[in-house]
Order: sequence, then C-alpha cells, then structure tokens
Amino acid sequence: MTERHKSAISHHPWLHRFAVSTAGATILLIVAGALVTSNQAGLAVPDWPLSYGTWMPPMVGGIFYEHGHRMIGASVGLLTIILALWLWRAERRSWLRCLGFIGVAVVVLQGVLGGITVLYLLPWPVSVGHASLAQLFFCLMVSLALFTSKGWQEETPPLTEVGVPSLPRLSIATALAVFVQLVLGATVRHQVLGIVPHLLGAALVVVVVAWTVRRVLLHHNQKALRQPVKALAILTALQLALGMGSYLARLATADAPQPQPLMVALTVAHVAAGALLLATSVVLALQTHRLFDQRSAIESRLFPATQRVHP
Amino acid sequence: MNLRNIAAFASLFLLLLVIGCGSAEQPAEETAATEAAPAAEPIDPATAATISGKVSFEGTAPRRRRIRMDAEVACAQMHSGPVYSENFVLNDNGTLRNAFVYVKSGLEGRSFPTPPDAVVLDQKGCMYTPHVVGAMVGQTVRVLNSDQTTHNVHPVPKNNREWNRSQAPGANAIEATFARDEIMIPVKCNVHPWMKSYIGVLKHPYFAVTGEDGTFEIGNLPPGDYTLGVWHESLGSSEMQISVAAQESKTVDFVLEKAG
Ligand code: HEM
Ligand code: HEM
Ligand SMILES: [Cu+2]
Repeated sequence: MTERHKSAISHHPWLHRFAVSTAGATILLIVAGALVTSNQAGLAVPDWPLSYGTWMPPMVGGIFYEHGHRMIGASVGLLTIILALWLWRAERRSWLRCLGFIGVAVVVLQGVLGGITVLYLLPWPVSVGHASLAQLFFCLMVSLALFTSKGWQEETPPLTEVGVPSLPRLSIATALAVFVQLVLGATVRHQVLGIVPHLLGAALVVVVVAWTVRRVLLHHNQKALRQPVKALAILTALQLALGMGSYLARLATADAPQPQPLMVALTVAHVAAGALLLATSVVLALQTHRLFDQRSAIESRLFPATQRVHP
Repeated sequence: MNLRNIAAFASLFLLLLVIGCGSAEQPAEETAATEAAPAAEPIDPATAATISGKVSFEGTAPRRRRIRMDAEVACAQMHSGPVYSENFVLNDNGTLRNAFVYVKSGLEGRSFPTPPDAVVLDQKGCMYTPHVVGAMVGQTVRVLNSDQTTHNVHPVPKNNREWNRSQAPGANAIEATFARDEIMIPVKCNVHPWMKSYIGVLKHPYFAVTGEDGTFEIGNLPPGDYTLGVWHESLGSSEMQISVAAQESKTVDFVLEKAG
C-alpha cells in the first residue's frame, strides 16, 4: 500500500458499526410497517402526530401495530440524526457527510407521509409513496453502511470489462427494475392496479437479474461483486416463492373475517425480502461503479493525462 | 463517481415525489345536496299500504367463519362461547338475518321529515350491534362504546364524507349524520379488524332489516308502483317491481341465492 493511499483512507470502525445497526433497525421498521398494512391497522390510530391524544395509547389490537410502528419509526429517525451528526464530525469525504443529512431529510419526509396517510384516511398515492420511500430510505442506510466500511476504500483488482451492455449499466438496470417492481407491488397491496403489471414486472426482474448474475459469475472474480450477485439470485428466487405464496394466501383468505396469520406472515416476508433485494441490487451497482472507477483511477495514475493516448 | 451516486439517488427521490405527491385525493365535502325539495305531502293513513314478507336463502350455506379475539381479553371476556362472523347468518327457518329491504324507487318527488330520534349503533364485545341498520339522510346516528377497550369508528362511504374517530372506553357517544343516500356504508374498526357493520341511508323512512325470523315489514306506504330492493352483505342485491293499492297489505318474498 502506498503512503499516499493510506492517508486517503478515512475509516472509523465504530461509525461503520453504527451505520450497520441503523440499516438493521430500518429493515425491522419495514417489517413493522408491513405488519400495519397486512393487519389493516393503518387507521387504528386516527390522530397524528399524537396517538389518541397522548404519546402512549393503550397498545391493544391494531393500535399495537400502528403505534408500535410509529415508535420504531421515531427511533430510526433518531438513529439517522445521530448518524448524520457523527458523519459530519468524523467523516472526511464531504459527499458522504452530505448523504448523512439527505438521510435525515428522507426520514422526516417519510414520517410526514405516514402522518398524512393517516390524516387523509390512506389515500393510495400517499400510501404507495410511503411504501416506496421506505424502500429507498433503506437503500440509503445500507449505502451509508457500505460507504463507511473499510472495504469500500480499499484497492481491489480493477474491473476488466466484458460484454455489452457494460456491467455498470446492467447493474443499474437491475436496481431500477427491482425498484419499479416494488412500486408495482405496492400498487397491488394498496389495491390500485391488479396483479398483472406486477407479474410482468417479476418477469422483467427475473430476466435482468439472471443476465447480471450470469455476467458476474462467468467473467468476474472479485468478491465484492460475486457476493451481492449470489445474494441477488437467492433473494429473487425467494421473492418469487413468497410472491406466489402471498397471492395464494390472499385468495384463500379473501372472505375471512379478519387477517389470517399465514397471510400476514407471507405478505410481510414478501415486503421485507423485496427491501433486501433492492438493497442488494443497489450494493451491486455501487460496487460495480467503484471497481470500474478504480480502473480509471489506476489508469490515470499509470498514464498521467499528458501521456495518455487518445484513440 | 460520488457525484454520480448522489445524482442517481436524488433522481430516484424526485421520481418518488412525483409518484407520491402527484394526486393526493381530497376527501369529499360534506355539503349536502339540498335540492329544493317539494313540500312534504302528508301520507294519508286511510290509504296507506303495507308490504311485508321474508328473505330466504337457497343453496348450500357457506361455512360460518369463526372470529379469533383471544388476543384481546377485553373483547373475548364479553362472550361465553365462540364468536362467528355475521356476514352470513342463516335462521333456523331457512331465512336470512341482516338483509336490508328498502324502497329503491317510486317515491321521487316526495320528501319526508327527518326523524328526531337517533339510530343507535353500539359496540359490545367488539361486535357492532346491530350488524346492519338503516337511517334517513340527516338523521343522527349515535355510536356507543359499551366495551372496556378502545375502538376507532371508521365509516367507508362512497357517496358521503369518510371520517375516522377514536372512542375510548367510557367516552361520549359519537354522533354523526350522513348527507346523501347510500346503500350501504360499511363501518369498520381498525383496532379490531373483524368489526364491520353497514348503515343504509335513505331519503325516506321505507326500509327494514330482517331479524331472527327473516321477516320484514314496511308500513305507512302511499299506494303506487315501487321498486323494492334487497341487499345482503354476502349475497349481493336484488330487486322486484310491485304495485300496492290503497290500504293493501301485500306479501312479498325474496329468495337470495349464493352467488357463483
Ligand atoms: C420514519 C420512517 C418510516 C418508515 C421507514 C416506514 C415504513 C413503512 C412501511 C415499509 C410500511 C408498509 C407499507 C406496505 O406494506 O405497503 C408502512 C406502513 C405504514 N406507515 Fe410507516 N414508516 C415510517 C414512519 C411512519 C410514521 C411516522 C407514521 C405515522 C403515522 C407511519 C404510518 C404508517 C401507516 C399508517 C402505514 C400503513 C399504510 C397503509 O396500510 O396503507 N409510518 N410504513
Ligand atoms: C422478484 C420479483 C418480485 C418482487 C421484487 C416483488 C416485490 C413486492 C413488494 C415489495 C410488494 C409489496 C410492496 C409494498 O406494499 O411495500 C409486493 C406485493 C405483492 N406481490 Fe410481489 N414481488 C415479486 C414477485 C411477485 C410474484 C411472482 C407474485 C406472484 C403472484 C407476487 C405477488 C404479490 C402480491 C399478491 C402482492 C400484494 C401482497 C398483499 O396483498 O399484501 N409478487 N411484491
Ligand atoms: Cu374495535
């Protein structure tokens, strides 16, 4: 490792662990939010920001889910603020310091969307927006955990590019396809569109994911790419099974007098695995770009601009 | 690269904002469509007719669905045995409970005074009593909480203003009115997701809900031609044409079949 490179590293192990914990708390929050929707408890607490006029209503029935979700949401908000302040103090990369505060802005916006959806009795654009922004916020927290990791700043063998479209493009297409699929999923869940667009989306996701996975496994041996790609394959298969399960469980319990435990478990797992899938695809895209950029960084070190040959 | 990352995130958020904030629907206004109603033409009791009958069921009855309220002691302790969903209640004589029978058309051009007394919807053992109830436009609906637990009262109308209010144990009754006629307005509790009831709102007082014997009676009806409608939570609706002469007591029976 060169002297110059060592000094460029800005790594704080505890800050990184804190970022990882915040991302972990966020996936729990997504589970808690999905429990609200699956248990039809979104309006169990009619008021906001207070709940039944207090900070601590009786935690019975649907109130348990709705108010519990609000409390976990507030805690994650707090963690996000601490993380942003910590980054601000300790982190040298200024774009990363900014990203911490973008996280705060998003979590506040998300909380307000949650409040609005309660006050306006779950208008679907707000509910779908709340569901989708939750996924993006989780990706942001996972990215912060990734950016603060030591591995992110270490030099790795540069990416040798093979094939068209390029891996950076392919990985971005994967993340976008998964995100669109999540939004379509939210429109199924909040009864806006039927299942058909979501099924077409699933087919698209399968194609793009398979393409990306194949490309990486056949042509790249960096751990930073192979690991997310394996997770991507497993999560996609899992998600197809959970989606099928959710669909069947909804059908089978359509005339049940109340949400049935199996339906709740499957749909909540489908939402949570969706969040993990999106985050994995974002990690892959970020890693791809890092390795790709490192190649250009090394190239420019080996061949300073004055000597570089432009074809 | 880092700028590129941030730009990518920013554009995703923007995309989402467009999706999320695009068209937040405003709740409908509660302004009643108070058309200049023709003067109330008094019903002459000397010519008034009566329609009565029963609503029976044909087909194989669906299995009754058990409600699980074990998780909430305050609800469960109010019941001695198992509790079943009231979406389909077959009486012993083969008739249906909780069918809403009403004059669907034939009364246009008449107006009727709003009854001064309230229709009561009670919450008892985390069930609505009655399960189906009728009210007139503008008539007070009093929602009571007889339970030792908190409910939220959440009507989900299509043609009236939607609202959602909480009601703690011992809290005052919630009084509400509905400005437009609507068949039927579901009322839900999101604390106890099995809790559901229906309010039928009409511009006239000619409606009835079938009870334990599956019969209904609609009296004091001016002679004329009417469409008589029936609505049932699980079996849907149906209607028939009838004419009643002065002072006639007409018997009309509905038979509802299991759809599909
Ligand atoms: C701050 C971070 C928050 C995150 C990450 C978050 C996340 C989520 C998620 C993932 C869902 C499930 C969506 C679905 O299954 O389709 C959800 C639902 C919900 N959240 Fe949040 N939430 C947050 C804060 C809040 C707050 C502060 C409120 C305040 C009222 C709130 C109210 C709701 C409601 C009412 C639902 C149910 C929506 C429905 O059924 O349509 N959320 N949330
Ligand atoms: C890789 C593919 C898939 C992904 C990433 C995915 C993702 C999602 C997500 C995230 C949601 C919930 C969104 C929210 O409200 O927050 C959802 C809902 C849903 N998805 Fe999928 N899904 C996939 C494939 C499928 C498949 C193959 C089916 C099969 C029929 C399916 C059926 C459903 C159903 C029925 C819902 C609504 C669940 C409910 O009503 O609670 N999904 N999907
Ligand atoms: Cu209740």
